[in-house]
This record gives sequence, structure tokens and C-alpha cells, in this order.
Amino acid sequence: MIDFDPSSFGLAHTYQKEDKDEINTLALPSAPQVIYKTLNGPTQVNGGNKLNNFKHGTTTLGFVFKEGILLAVDSRASMGSFLSSEQVRKVIEINEYLLGTMAGGAADCQYWLAYLANHCRTYELKNGSKLSVAAASKFLQGILIGYRNSGLSMGCMIAGTDTTGQHLYYIDNDGMRLKGDIFSVGSGSTYAYGVLDNHYRYEMSLNEAVELGIRAIYHATHRDTASGGVVRVYHIHQNGWTKVHDGIDVVDLHYQFAQQKGLVGDGDEAKQRLF
Amino acid sequence: MYIPMNEMLKHFKQDVPTMANITHKSEQWSPYHDNSGTVLAVGIPGAVIVAGDTRLSNGYNIMSRDATKLSQLTDKCVLATAGQYADFIALRKFLQQRLQLYEFQNEVQASTETVAHLLSRELYSRRFFPYYTFNLLAGLDENNHGFVYGYDAIGSYDKMTYGVQGSGQELVVAVLDNQLKGYNKINKTIPQTREEILDIILDCFSCAAERDIHTGDNVEILIITSAGTERLIKPLRKD
Repeated sequence: MIDFDPSSFGLAHTYQKEDKDEINTLALPSAPQVIYKTLNGPTQVNGGNKLNNFKHGTTTLGFVFKEGILLAVDSRASMGSFLSSEQVRKVIEINEYLLGTMAGGAADCQYWLAYLANHCRTYELKNGSKLSVAAASKFLQGILIGYRNSGLSMGCMIAGTDTTGQHLYYIDNDGMRLKGDIFSVGSGSTYAYGVLDNHYRYEMSLNEAVELGIRAIYHATHRDTASGGVVRVYHIHQNGWTKVHDGIDVVDLHYQFAQQKGLVGDGDEAKQRLF
Repeated sequence: MYIPMNEMLKHFKQDVPTMANITHKSEQWSPYHDNSGTVLAVGIPGAVIVAGDTRLSNGYNIMSRDATKLSQLTDKCVLATAGQYADFIALRKFLQQRLQLYEFQNEVQASTETVAHLLSRELYSRRFFPYYTFNLLAGLDENNHGFVYGYDAIGSYDKMTYGVQGSGQELVVAVLDNQLKGYNKINKTIPQTREEILDIILDCFSCAAERDIHTGDNVEILIITSAGTERLIKPLRKD
């Protein structure tokens, strides 16, 4: 999730932040601020850690290339420091021509992407034609703007195919909607961007693109504690989408890549002569 | 080096606890209580085994030694909940009533997948004042293969082969990862029969009861097969 305040853009801001604003600042959660005290425990904000520890922490990525769109995601869900699952499905199959990725609150993403799927189907039945990717992402953006500041947490990508081609949008719980060629979302996105930006070319073949997606996710899971599990890869093309990989364990990838680099795992990778 | 005065003062102001820095958190009643306990469920081909301890606690007090955490919703599925008992009762009541209505209207019981989706929707309907419940929905799918759906408090769910929720979650799930999936095992022998899995589940609860104060008293086990439901109760540590 991109972490900045959109209200600081655009309009000319002449308000000078006074010193006293900073002294009394607490880190407020964005959910409705209610302080509950339990009878037998310390004061807890918003019902305590258990209720607020929705599944966050992830790496998802998507990019457009000449053969369509590639989506690659990890599969780890953490609640605080506990891993609640290593097998989460972070690509949500909205319908046969639209895919959504999940980052942020798992329940929010699951629910609103299912709501979008319902809307797409209703539109298709009423109007006789499929909803475009631009319209579907716009619909979702409208919903999220309505729930702005209420504490929803979603950083999802909508990718799909329609009559004008394959398109990739990034949608945010702040109501941001961006069309783009490369996106990566989540706590491991910085690592994934490093790998993606290094090797991305629009003219890649499908195999090269799949390899790039897998590598980027692997590197993110390697360095980010909140990402891990297995890599799932989807490809969107003019006939819909295909699941390229259902789950490649990142631990297996680690040893595979190490072997490719010629590392044998004897602990002496730097080949330092100590004697 | 010239540092502006207000820049320098910023570093001092935050360290000294002046009256302006102290914020009072007023004592307020909370609608949430954690009645704790542990529940787990394992699905195998042909059956699903759901287990939950029967201790109901409130902080350091034990309110009851035989409060069930399991609720059979249809012939094929069982809801197991850890968290707040009042919310479990409210959720169970809603599901039972809604599923009864489903059965009247459709002349057939809802499938496990349908119940899973219904539960997710109900939990999300309370997105901004959640049910303090950590649920497992265990049941047989259309092919009579046992599966478990694990939920968080606001309804995100995933289909799994086994799941654990509650205060003993961290203790037990690591054991199940090792025993049922063979993670980090040198000799990967994965139990296949129902009896082996039942042994592992009982061991897990004994372990949880040893190290978690909120788990204990008895463990109640429901085994769902296409032939029906079997119920067992085994004792655990009562201290």
C-alpha cells in the first residue's frame, strides 16, 4: 500500500504546521477511534490486538507486456507476528476475463472483489456486453471513496481483458485509481520493484515474463518477513486468463537459484582463504 | 553549525514529560471479552474431525468447565469458534435460523461451501463492530471429502485441510504442520487413518493444556462422516 496523504497534493497549501501539532501527536489507527477497556486487562484500542490484526503483509505484482498481463503473488497471511496461513489465494478470480489481487485486509479485498464480480455479472445480463476493465475498476474506486477514512485497507490491482486489449489498474482504499504498466503492492513491493525495474521489457516473451514475475516475488519473500509461502502466477491474454503456476514453494526456488549461481551451500560462498 | 532554535527545541520537547504530553485514557466499558480456549479441525477423505476444549474463561477466572465451542449447523458441517462466547452464541443463532430457512425454501440442506460463504458475509456485515470470533467451519464437500474453512474476525476465509484457532493456536498449529504435512521432518510419514489423526489431535490438546492457561478441562470431539456424527469427550488437565 502506498503510504502518503493525497490531500497534500494539488491544492496550494499555505497552512504552516505549528510545533504544538507535533508534540501531542499520537499514532492513530485509521479505523474509528474507540478506546475499550477490558475488565481484566490493560486499556486496549479498538478491541485490542486480536481484532485489529487483520491479515496484512504481502507482495503482489503485475505488469503489462506484449503478450498480455502477468500477475504474480505470494501466499503468506500474517496476523501481527503470527502466520495465520502460508497458502492464501491472493489472486481473486472475479470472472473469466477479470482478475483482482489482494493486499492489505484480506476480508476487505475478498468481500469487495466478490461484490465487483456480482456487479459485473449483473451488468453483463442487463446490457448484453461485458464490463470494460476501466469501468470495473472505476466502480470499485467509487465504493472505496465512499468508505474513505472508515478503516478499510485494500491495495489491489484489477487486471483484465476487454475489447480494447489488456489493462492493469491499481486501486487503493484512499480512492486512488491508477492505470499503469508495472505495479507492485505490499510490504515486499520495494524488493519486487528492484527486480522488476531491472529486467522489464515490453517485448518479453511469455516464458521470460513468467520467469521475471517468479524471481521478483522470490526476492521479495527472501527479504521481507511478511511475505512468503508459495508463488502463484496468472497470465491475462485476449481470451481471458490462465493460471500458469498454482504454487511454487519459495524455499525450493531459493535452492534452485542458488544452484544456478553455482553456490553449493558449504558455508564458504565468499571463498575466503582463512588459513 | 547553526541550528535554528525551534529545530533544537523539537528534540527537547518530546523527551520531557510535560503536562501537555500526558494524555489520559479514560476508563471505558468494553463490549469485548476474550473467553479463549482452543479449537481445531482436520479434514481427511471421507471424514472431518472437529475438536474444541470446553473451558470458558474470563481473564484469570474459569466461568465454566463444560461449555461447548462446537455447533453442528447441517448434517455435513460444524462450526467451531474461539473468542468471545456471546458472539459465538449470536453467530450460531443467526446461522441456525438462516440455514433452517434455506432448508425450507430449497428442500435440501445447504452445502458446506454455501455455509462458508454465508458465514463470511455475516462476519463482514459487522465490519466496523466485529464479532469477536475466530471461526473454523469444518465439513464434507460434495465428494464427501473433509475440508476446513478458516476465518479471521471480519470474514476473510480460505479452504484448508486443517486449521486451529484460539489461545492455543500458536502452540498447536506448529505441531500439526509437522505431523500432518511433514514439514521439517526427516522421515516424512504422514498419518492416513482416522485413528492416527485422532491420536495426534488428543496429543495436541494435552500439549496446549500444559502450556496455555486458558485451555483445559475436557476436549470435545465431533467426527463427521456421510454416515453421521460421532461425539467423544476426553478429559484434560483441570488446573
